[in-house]
Amino acid sequence: MTAMQSAEQRDEVEMLSLMLLIRRFEERASQQYQAQKIGGFCHLYIGQEAIVAGAVAAVRDDDYIITAYRDHAHALARGTSANACMAELFGKETGCSRGLGGSMHFFNRQNHMYGGHAIVGAHVPLAVGLAFSIKYRDEDRVTLCFFGDGAINQGSFHEALNLAALYKLPIVFICENNLFAMGTSVKRSTSLKQIVDRAEGYDIPGEIVDGMNFREVRDKVAEIVDSIRKEPHPAFLEVRTYRYRGHSMSDPASYRTKLELEKYRLDDPITRLRAQLTREGKLTNEQFDLLDKRSKEMVLASVKFAEASPQALIEKLHDFTYADRAKP
Amino acid sequence: MREITYRQALNEALAEELERDPNVFLMGEEVAEYHGAYKVSQGLLERFGPRRIIDTPISENGFAGLGVGAAMVGLRPIIEFMTFSFSLVAFDQVVNNAPNMFTMSGGQFNVPITFRGPNGPAHQLGATHSHATENFYASVPGLKVCTPATPRDAKGLLKTAVRDNNPVLVLEAELLYSSKGIVEPPDEELLIPLGKAEVKREGSDVSIICYAQTVPLALKVAAQLEEEDISAEIVDLRSIKPLDERAILDSVAKTHRVVIVEQDHPFCGVGAEVCYRIQKNIFDELDAPIFRVSQEDVPMPYNERLEKAVLPNADKLVAAVKQVCYT
Repeated sequence: MTAMQSAEQRDEVEMLSLMLLIRRFEERASQQYQAQKIGGFCHLYIGQEAIVAGAVAAVRDDDYIITAYRDHAHALARGTSANACMAELFGKETGCSRGLGGSMHFFNRQNHMYGGHAIVGAHVPLAVGLAFSIKYRDEDRVTLCFFGDGAINQGSFHEALNLAALYKLPIVFICENNLFAMGTSVKRSTSLKQIVDRAEGYDIPGEIVDGMNFREVRDKVAEIVDSIRKEPHPAFLEVRTYRYRGHSMSDPASYRTKLELEKYRLDDPITRLRAQLTREGKLTNEQFDLLDKRSKEMVLASVKFAEASPQALIEKLHDFTYADRAKP
Repeated sequence: MREITYRQALNEALAEELERDPNVFLMGEEVAEYHGAYKVSQGLLERFGPRRIIDTPISENGFAGLGVGAAMVGLRPIIEFMTFSFSLVAFDQVVNNAPNMFTMSGGQFNVPITFRGPNGPAHQLGATHSHATENFYASVPGLKVCTPATPRDAKGLLKTAVRDNNPVLVLEAELLYSSKGIVEPPDEELLIPLGKAEVKREGSDVSIICYAQTVPLALKVAAQLEEEDISAEIVDLRSIKPLDERAILDSVAKTHRVVIVEQDHPFCGVGAEVCYRIQKNIFDELDAPIFRVSQEDVPMPYNERLEKAVLPNADKLVAAVKQVCYT
């Protein structure tokens, strides 16, 4: 980066850097999972980076974000350190949820990242509650609620959309449509031709954007958020994307073809933003290589940090059940 | 000396907490314009306005979850279930989201929410509307559960629940809404701590441990037993979780005989836990096996005669007491 860059340009390079960090973090997490340093379930975001980067670039730091279980990227995008994220995967005391949450339950209160929720669709009402609090307190924040295409057939999702529309709450429902709910394609799970039509049923304005294009996501979220800040209302975005890896670490993704995967890889969100910036003379190959090198180093350091960190403490086992620490 | 109904006592608690803390709001089906299905929120809409007294569609999962989300950012929602039988539609929010958040976030997010409404069998409502939910909610770490039996306890426990920093379920006794009792005047702050039982009647021969709708039943039976020279001590648990183990053990150490009368089902019911704790801690104090009176282990029938046969009643309780007293 040079001192001559405008704020917007700097943001884009920073966001590219964030996308690289997410990609390298997930690759390393995958490797550490295979090395059995990480337990439980682990869902990777590789291929979807432009969505959270674009959305976060379009809002203020004090706006609320909440997502489902594919959440490492959202925590990183909200400034949670790679160290705290990796340590959480390792179940360590230094993790972003003290090693008590694990891969699916990343939280960062200070930076308004409200989880990390693992029951499909169950966090959508929580998101509506966050948005409710904004209106109740007469603030001008906005809630971004991320979820996958698998969530849109849950009752909680429908109830939440209806409540948000009924109470005119400031919330953007962002459906990360990666075409598969675990191994079930959208075609086999959803009666609609396109997911965005779900919103219409609740009189919520909805649009489709290309989730492989950082700028398209950012600009659309910015436009919606601007409108919400003027007059609170819900909005819906179907963001079309693709996850390169299986649903979780144990999934070889045999329900889709190599050809399909390759098609999406050619449209890679990082490659695309890099090409845009390079073409416009805002990023050199050397600068890109440096950003990537930094990301890799940061992630490698996070593994070392996680390994060296203490295990979640048995002495504190009962300290996080009740907020007042009384043990019933 | 002021006598008010259980319903009025709850209404006062709501009004006082809404008045005291601007973060408190009441949300649920028919709570505002209809004044509550059981009229517990009578007059609150007029007094506090639609911003804080909020009607919802029939979407228990949705509005329970909304409450949990709002509580994560410091509001203090009071979520009314028209009955706790309907809370089962929101089970995921009450069991998976509200109590797990504090742990899952490593202590970053506590959830100061109150879920309240009538609980337990009422009168000929059939199987779907007669659930006593206390044993299953009390089995979830992170939740607190209280079961007031008197107007005074209803007011004091609800006010405490709203101020608690954790999810608390106030399981109101549907059949007691119109019952009357002495409650301190409104200008006197009435807070009853969670996890404190109360001896509602002193006795020396047998401890009858009860809660919610079984408290008036136990008191009635105690009066009846007195005529037969059996002195029953009535221990009202008031809270199921935290459970006041000390109060239970103190009473049993005095009487040496125990009957637990509960409104839930026998299998893994509240009485099973109480029973376990007594024998574990003061086995030598017992002069007889502990007896339990609960619902029969069947879904609730509609037929009035059969419903009565399913529920705990005076005859069953008297018989149990006589068994443990060997009379």
